[in-house]
Amino acid sequence: MSSIEVIAPGPLALLQDSGRPGYAAVGVGLSGAVDRGAYELGARMVAHSEGLAAIEITFGGFAATVKGAAIVAFTGADAEISVNGHRRPHNAVLQLDDGDVIRVGQPARGLRTYFTVRGGFDVPAVLGSRSTDTLAGLGPAQVRAGDVLPIGEFEGKFPNVDAVASAVPATGTVELTLLPGPRTEWFSDQSGISGKTWSVSSRSNRVGVRLEGDSLTRDPAYQDQELPSEAMVRGCVQVPPSGQPIIFLNDHPVTGGYPVIGVLTEADVDRAAQLQPGQAVRFR
Amino acid sequence: MDVTIRPLGERALLCEVDSLQQVAALHALMEQADLPGVSELVPAARTLMLRVSKPAVLQGLGVHITNLASHLDETAELGQEAGEQVEVKVRYDGEDLDDVAKHTGLSTREVIAAHTETTWTVGFFGFAPGFAYLVGGDSRLVVPRRDEPRTKVPPGAVALAGEFSAVYPRTSPGGWQLIGTTNETMWDTDREAPALLSPGATVRFVKARR
Repeated sequence: MSSIEVIAPGPLALLQDSGRPGYAAVGVGLSGAVDRGAYELGARMVAHSEGLAAIEITFGGFAATVKGAAIVAFTGADAEISVNGHRRPHNAVLQLDDGDVIRVGQPARGLRTYFTVRGGFDVPAVLGSRSTDTLAGLGPAQVRAGDVLPIGEFEGKFPNVDAVASAVPATGTVELTLLPGPRTEWFSDQSGISGKTWSVSSRSNRVGVRLEGDSLTRDPAYQDQELPSEAMVRGCVQVPPSGQPIIFLNDHPVTGGYPVIGVLTEADVDRAAQLQPGQAVRFR
Repeated sequence: MDVTIRPLGERALLCEVDSLQQVAALHALMEQADLPGVSELVPAARTLMLRVSKPAVLQGLGVHITNLASHLDETAELGQEAGEQVEVKVRYDGEDLDDVAKHTGLSTREVIAAHTETTWTVGFFGFAPGFAYLVGGDSRLVVPRRDEPRTKVPPGAVALAGEFSAVYPRTSPGGWQLIGTTNETMWDTDREAPALLSPGATVRFVKARR
């Protein structure tokens, strides 16, 4: 069986798949790849089934040696990819041989690069998923230097594309589409949210993208109201008492007690997951 | 029963009602109705979340739910539908048992009696995988959280906070008042149903002989 041996994980490398749906009622969140589109593109490129585990590499810095042969693709944040020191394309199918050393640089655009191998990384599943839920502490451990990650066997037709053109994550100010949420009326400036610009905090993680800037204020009618905990979903924009919104990503708490002003469209949650710290965000 | 439907993105909605009892009744109704395209039900304190398999399922779903619920008896008893009964043996040796007695004005013996003599019901889950908020206990047992949360509460710790009781499923930080310990495995990801309890189940705490 082929495998990879990790030389360096970078700031954060995690095994992720399509997540752990169906357990929210007993307190387990979805987890899974936060840029779902980039993860799914990787699966399509190596022509294996969706749901197999890839490595979500946050802000590059990843390096590994291939043991055996592997068919791989890198999608998501457009970090520089090299094999044995030679630059290789992003969003492309790469055939790797025994002993090849792959390196993923820091992305110029976007935050998370997905390293997909045909057959997926074959680590033990927890509740049907090989995703690391960083909030709940479920699933595989964080990827570390020296880890040997086995690659699963996959029968089936071979990839019939070499490379795809795919939208790369945006730089500069990003506009995200906000659908009205369960508690929109709690905020006095419900229309004002679209006029404000926030900056992505460096305290953002897989639980949520924390925004800094203008505070959203409660409508006087809801000033001192407490919200009984209610279910949250990926893409919820929750407003804690500070008034600084948080966009929930896949490791969000299953329930929360702060009001949700709106929910991002699914496509725009993927875009939010690629925001770099310091990047500007507006809602529309 | 009146239900307020609130939007929650492209693949979910929230049904808001007036009480945890109504949430339980609505949850049971939705399980029974087994609506096509509804993939997940997540109860909370005053809401039931419905997740759907694709955005088109949300079309008309809210109206359908309010219609179904309008025929529901307001006085539906919490937990009467689910019926699963779980007995949890507890050693009442919690570090906060004396504090709970002080807060409630009861003796420790009376605290134990109050905790064991009523049937609790699983209202909803939250905080951590397998952490069930149990409701419907003796109203004299309402106590505040600890001023200083513990950084580490062991699995099996039986606790009180507000109107709720709970059993910590795994080692975690925690601010609830600890009154006892159980050997029951509340959470095991290798089990088919990882959580020992499920929403709507009833729980009787039984004083363990040492």
